[in-house]
Amino acid sequence: MPTVGVKRDLLFKALGKTYTDEEFDELCFEYGLELDEITSEKEIISREQGDSKASGASDVILYKIDVPANRYDLLCLEGLVRGLQVFKNKLEAPRYRRVSPLSGEPQKLIITEETVAVRPHAVAAVLRNITFTQERYDSFIELQEKLHQNICRKRSLVAIGTHDLDTVSGPFTYTAKPPAEISFKPLNQTKEYTATQLMSLYKTDSHLRHYLHIIEDKPLYPVIYDSNGIVLSMPPIINGDHSKITLKTKNVFVECTATDLTKAKIVLDMMVTMFSEYCSQPFTVEEAEVVYPDGKTCKYPELAYRKEKLSSDFVNRKVGINESTETIARLLTKMCLRSEVTGVGDEIEVEIPPTRSDVIHACDIMEDAAMAYGFNNIPYTTPRTYTVANQFPLNKLTELLRQDLAAAGFTEALNFALCSTEDISDKLGKKISETRAVHIANPKTVEFQVARTTLLPGLLKTLAANRKMPLPLKLFEISDVVLKDDTKDVGARNSRRFCAVYYNKSPGFEVIHGLLDRTMQLLEVKSQRGDGYHIQAAEDSTFFPGRCAEIFVGGKSVGRLGVLHPDVITRFELTMPCSAVEMDIEPFL
Amino acid sequence: MSDAGLLETLLRRIEAADGGVDSLETASILGVDHQVLVGAVKSLLALEDLISAELRSSKHWELSGEGTEIAEQGSHEARVFSSIPPEGLPQSELMKLSFGKIGFSKAMSNKWIKVDKTHEGGPRIFRSVENIEDQVRDKLLLVQKGNTSQLEEKEKNELKKRKLLSEVTVKSYWITKGSCFSTTITKPETELTPEMIANGSWKEKKFKPYNFEALGVAPDCGHLHPLMKVRTQFRQIFLEMGFTEMPTNNFIESSFWNFDSLFQPQQHPARDAHDTFFISDPALAHEFPLEYLERVKKIHSEGGYGSQGYKYDWKIEEAQKNILRTHTTAVSARMLYKLAQQEKFTPVKYFSIDRVFRNETLDATHLAEFHQIEGVVADRGLTLGDLMGILHQFFTKLGITKLRFKPAYNPYTEPSMEVFSYHEGLKKWVEVGNSGVFRPEMLLPMGLPEDVTVIAWGLSLERPTMIKYGINNIRELVGHKVNLQMVYDGPICRLES
Repeated sequence: MPTVGVKRDLLFKALGKTYTDEEFDELCFEYGLELDEITSEKEIISREQGDSKASGASDVILYKIDVPANRYDLLCLEGLVRGLQVFKNKLEAPRYRRVSPLSGEPQKLIITEETVAVRPHAVAAVLRNITFTQERYDSFIELQEKLHQNICRKRSLVAIGTHDLDTVSGPFTYTAKPPAEISFKPLNQTKEYTATQLMSLYKTDSHLRHYLHIIEDKPLYPVIYDSNGIVLSMPPIINGDHSKITLKTKNVFVECTATDLTKAKIVLDMMVTMFSEYCSQPFTVEEAEVVYPDGKTCKYPELAYRKEKLSSDFVNRKVGINESTETIARLLTKMCLRSEVTGVGDEIEVEIPPTRSDVIHACDIMEDAAMAYGFNNIPYTTPRTYTVANQFPLNKLTELLRQDLAAAGFTEALNFALCSTEDISDKLGKKISETRAVHIANPKTVEFQVARTTLLPGLLKTLAANRKMPLPLKLFEISDVVLKDDTKDVGARNSRRFCAVYYNKSPGFEVIHGLLDRTMQLLEVKSQRGDGYHIQAAEDSTFFPGRCAEIFVGGKSVGRLGVLHPDVITRFELTMPCSAVEMDIEPFL
Repeated sequence: MSDAGLLETLLRRIEAADGGVDSLETASILGVDHQVLVGAVKSLLALEDLISAELRSSKHWELSGEGTEIAEQGSHEARVFSSIPPEGLPQSELMKLSFGKIGFSKAMSNKWIKVDKTHEGGPRIFRSVENIEDQVRDKLLLVQKGNTSQLEEKEKNELKKRKLLSEVTVKSYWITKGSCFSTTITKPETELTPEMIANGSWKEKKFKPYNFEALGVAPDCGHLHPLMKVRTQFRQIFLEMGFTEMPTNNFIESSFWNFDSLFQPQQHPARDAHDTFFISDPALAHEFPLEYLERVKKIHSEGGYGSQGYKYDWKIEEAQKNILRTHTTAVSARMLYKLAQQEKFTPVKYFSIDRVFRNETLDATHLAEFHQIEGVVADRGLTLGDLMGILHQFFTKLGITKLRFKPAYNPYTEPSMEVFSYHEGLKKWVEVGNSGVFRPEMLLPMGLPEDVTVIAWGLSLERPTMIKYGINNIRELVGHKVNLQMVYDGPICRLES
């Protein structure tokens, strides 16, 4: 969930009301936000870098507000205030309009064919006669950052560039070139670099290095030029210094380049709907024309208003309330979804503004009605759904066996399903190729290299961590291991195992053997060859030679027991003899 | 006197006495050390109600070693005086005596003696009075005879300062007959034996009392793991509520069932390698219900069923990628798909409690794997109020009755609600779970009828367990670093209390 930091006093000024922290928290809760933290710049710096660095930093109170991941319209102060004011009936949702330039042609962004292989989409718009203040400027930059981190998926899907339109002249060209041929002075640098040089310069930049991989290995890098060959930006990495926005900027050219056109349009809509508030004609955005390689043209921003019709009965039925059509229309209007009763039955016509890209189905509209009604005002009801409960047979067997194994004097352990390759192979004296293990592609540490194929290593590690406990230690676990299996749709399956260990000054094979006999008794399997169970000497590198037996039930092998090999004991950092049993329990279902 | 002899003698004295006897006095009469007598009293006390003894303490003055010497031989100054013959004594001679130095200065200040410093042959001491009265010795003798009361406090303190006297506290017992007093001692039996039961001798015997203050012997037993005990209770709650358990024994899942079928877009951050464990072997799932897969592809890329969709290029390659499931909702999706394939829809209530995996940063409360508890209800015409009603019933069984719901976002539920409960200890609302109504974009491609609503909720098993058992670090609860003592000592689990 993205977190937006806003200055408290600025927020209250914009809301036209001062709240206590509790009152504001309450308002957030109702609106699906979360007042996550109340802090200040000073506090943040002092926490992250120490008190010494924090001296002199601002101690203006900051509210850190968690915003739902699909509400891009709430990622800045402007949007938050607008949403809350409409919610509180203090403001009517503004209507965002795309307008043609007062004179002359719209700005053009021409996309060339070369972009296809690297970043094929671009959209653009102009914010005309905008007035920045320091606070508005900061918020403008911050919103780009929030969008980049969220919907833009760290600039991989969309990257935003904003420029002082008066420093450049259209038409603009969006193209792609070999990195060595791109050369410009990037934002906040004093000299020109080629794109190749920039990529190595930013290798160590704590912020920009995370975006380099997006284009690094491409033969051509995306770049936007103005008609005089001035570089506006090299998306998704950096803008040019030439066209950078300042507090004095009056006209802003916004471009978004993307690999996903839908998201690019949303991002552009968000940028311009949020900040057109500060234009001389508030909430109007000047169009820009995008020319595609095939000559087709499109005007942006889309700022599309979509209409949906639904019945108040639908909302009432889904939410479990009984409100009039008019009330529901009013509730939706509070959520920036301007709604009108059409007069045809209980029909409501809902207008979805360009800021609400999250509304993609009637159920989203229904949710907004429920939120405006207040989730906590909805009466609790009990569904009449009649069903008979069933346990999953394998879990039922597991539950019953666990109880009786504890009654047999063994203590239950609970170990991780993931472990290192070594745990299931080398340490047990096995080759990894014999294990049928499922391998993890992206483990952060060795502890998550494979899914366990046996419960034994976990129990041995539990013993090692509890060596100081009085002997004997008697542990068991009934849980799943994972094995490759081509017959399954995903190529792997779980297998429910029972494993127990006995750790003492003497190996206690008879104890583990006794536990096996008891388990078979619990499972109503007799000790006999043929239908019953029997054990038979076996060779297994995990066990001490001559001290391992295979367990057969109805003639089929289900597991092994024996005294562990001294090498295994040592590798698990244990010092005493140990015997163990491990078997499948699925054959007993 | 033998031990047994002393005990009997003591008992006879108690019998003879009116009221009771004092241990100190009795010891001096019997000529035994007081401590020996106290030992005898204690062993008699161990025999039930034979005697009773009340501890008393008294303070009295006693002579120190030096005090005793003075009481016998006189004070140092008196001994100096009597050592001096009429013709006097050279000072050097006097100083050779053991009491010489102290006695000389005292006798001088009493003006009993005088020094002739000009005497030929060195200073010589002469008596200066005829007779003396050795008051120090007299006072000490009074103390020795036990007549301390005749001395004034000031006098006692002065003698104490000279380390001739000290005040001591003496503990003694006032011993009286008990309700079962007898002068003969029968040794009590420690335990009932089969012989006593057989011959009836238990009727005559006295039995040594048990010490009920001590702990018993720990039973030799096995123990269930606390997290599993809590899991059993949650299973029980679902079963009580008529929910059927889902088969969740498949940790490896395809991205298709884990994400795509849930209408979670392929660029969603949860599908990033930073959050999800991908499988390198077997890397891809190879079998899907193809018609359904086409419908899923369509809803993502183009929309449908009244939805705008996400409008992006949906790729099968992404859906095929095997992962360790990130939630048990992947199993719910499989179950709901299976339900949709039934000829006629029947309402269902499902639950599961099993492991899920996240490739997240680990800390004191987060591990790469944890147990997810999930409940799902599918029926025609369910409402958000129904979801709240079920959640209320479910949490009531956990002892949580005060609930509050916060609007939230989740890609596959709409509405989505975070469930908060009021924590009496923390005096604030804390999140206890997540819930929602599955989106039509998830259910309709499966083939479920349009009027079927599916409500669901989830929470982790570890968090309530950590709160229940007061565990702060999750590694002490789950995994091999568990403290077995904690497992051994764990109470039974009753979630409602």
